[in-house]
Amino acid sequence: MNVAATNRAGSDEVVIRVEGLTMGFGSMVIMENLDFTVRAGEIFVILGGSGSGKSTLLKHMIGLYSPVAGRILIGGADMARAEGAERENILRQVGVMYQMGALFGSMSLLENVRLPLEVHTDLPLEAMNRIARAKLQLVGLAEYCEFMPSEISGGMQKRAAIARAMALDPKVLFLDEPSAGLDPITSAELDQLIRRLASSLGMTLVVVTHELASIFAIADRVIMLDKETRSIIAEGDPRVLRDTNDHPWVRRFLRRSETEDLSA
Amino acid sequence: MLRYSAQEGTPGRMVFAGRMDAYSVGPVWASVLEAAARVAGTGELVVDLSDVSYCDGAGAALLFSLEHSATQRGGAVRMHGVTKAIEGHLKPYREAEAVVSARPPQDIPWTQRLRQGVGSVGLEIFAQIAFIGEYGSALMLAIRYPRRVRWGDTLRVAEAAGFQALPIVSLIAFLLGVILAFQSAIAMRQFGAEIFVADLVAISLLRELGPLMMAILLAGRSGAAFAAEIGTMKVNEEVNALTTMGLDPVRFLVVPKILAGVFVAPLLTLYANLIGLLGAALVMRGFGIPMVAFFNQVSGAVDLTDLTSGLVKAAVFGLLVSSVGCLRGLQTGTGAAAVGRSTTSAVVSAIILIVIADGLFAVLFYHLGI
Repeated sequence: MNVAATNRAGSDEVVIRVEGLTMGFGSMVIMENLDFTVRAGEIFVILGGSGSGKSTLLKHMIGLYSPVAGRILIGGADMARAEGAERENILRQVGVMYQMGALFGSMSLLENVRLPLEVHTDLPLEAMNRIARAKLQLVGLAEYCEFMPSEISGGMQKRAAIARAMALDPKVLFLDEPSAGLDPITSAELDQLIRRLASSLGMTLVVVTHELASIFAIADRVIMLDKETRSIIAEGDPRVLRDTNDHPWVRRFLRRSETEDLSA
Repeated sequence: MLRYSAQEGTPGRMVFAGRMDAYSVGPVWASVLEAAARVAGTGELVVDLSDVSYCDGAGAALLFSLEHSATQRGGAVRMHGVTKAIEGHLKPYREAEAVVSARPPQDIPWTQRLRQGVGSVGLEIFAQIAFIGEYGSALMLAIRYPRRVRWGDTLRVAEAAGFQALPIVSLIAFLLGVILAFQSAIAMRQFGAEIFVADLVAISLLRELGPLMMAILLAGRSGAAFAAEIGTMKVNEEVNALTTMGLDPVRFLVVPKILAGVFVAPLLTLYANLIGLLGAALVMRGFGIPMVAFFNQVSGAVDLTDLTSGLVKAAVFGLLVSSVGCLRGLQTGTGAAAVGRSTTSAVVSAIILIVIADGLFAVLFYHLGI
């Protein structure tokens, strides 16, 4: 049964709208004319081969890079053109987990998670500590509050980074390769956590991954980027794409086979 | 916006309405807890959430704090209108309360801390000795088998530490010459002895200030760079990668840097001496002493021994600066802050070693009669 589809929030509210996005560096164009939307409460997965620009797309969506052409609207506001208070307002709505976790090494886990609260709210310290502990509890790390990032494993660092990204309960959570480099059990737990965040807290998640198991476990909808044509070659439910898509490359990717014949 | 009202009674009653998020609960946090204590005391408190339009983790934190402080007073909280979302946000707070920290309490007696402190100093000394042995043997190997040295890397480091340092060395040496000449010329003029400024500047530059200033510049520019480069490689596990590939990090990373340091330090000193003398000569021209007379006086005042003793010192300073830079780099711990610490420590240790070595050279040269 398609668990993902039945859990879907069923909302038609568009959280992110990408219109005619062209991205590149200097004269090199990576992707041209991308159009897609992310709806509230869904888990949206960006797929593509190595070097196809998945992480670059994510960095455009969170405003770290400016598009060459086109625009990205988050909650109706244009990320690249927003400045000052408007930009801060958009940034409050998003949380990001970076590929390597990017926890601050000089702070304990609790301080890492507390930092966004200190910057953006006027909650008393006791309240911030309580919230940070609860976020760490959500990712199963409450007992490691006092630990420094260097004292815990890579998988724990990633989970702590998710806790930090959730500190302000953002509308949208961006995760860059959450399960890369983790063992299958930890990675499955992380997938469960991601599903739980979407279903019980109503968050919208945008995930970059190429772990096949994760894709089928979490994705409501995927888009697949293609390096050759610099465009989106497939969009929709990953199970449907695997079985019915006309593009041989898409089927191969989702069946993890070297050639079309092997998978038959 | 978050609105709330509190009603005294048994049970006490609080009604919340509007958005309960991280931005709206902050300003009312203290007053809500205070009001709850006032209206309910040790009795029961009913919290009505029916009119709450949105509640996130921070809102749940406030609700949990109400619950928690009521329990501590011996009372209790009953909530009405708790949606599935609020329930979802409240759950981790209740769970987190029961979790015990995995880190044991840090209550170490002072005797143990003293032992640890002494132990770490011992380890530090041990590490230095081990490093000196390791890199001494690597240097010996380099001298014995010069073909095994990575000369390409050595030249690249020498270019960065030497050639690219020329602008700053020029500036400092020129100004040093100018200042020395100017300061002493004012005093010497009272005795009509301006020409002896040339002796003074030449001897102090060649024997002392040239090598010293160059070494301090080298420590700041290149010693720090060596520590940061090797430190970052250590943090990124590149040093481990070298070891597992069967490449000795000392031979691969340290030897080229030390050779480059020893090689460029005398050259930079020679250059600094020349520029410093030029600066002094220009000042003396202003005092009416022609360039020819100045350099004539210089060549009478100093001989080759003065120059070479300065250059030998410079080579030793170069060795110290690059060795301590590499050592600090290899000692780097984990994390970005560790790289900063080893860079600072590389510069500080290098300057201390330079000054100590300079003192030893002064004694040595005195006994040798140089």
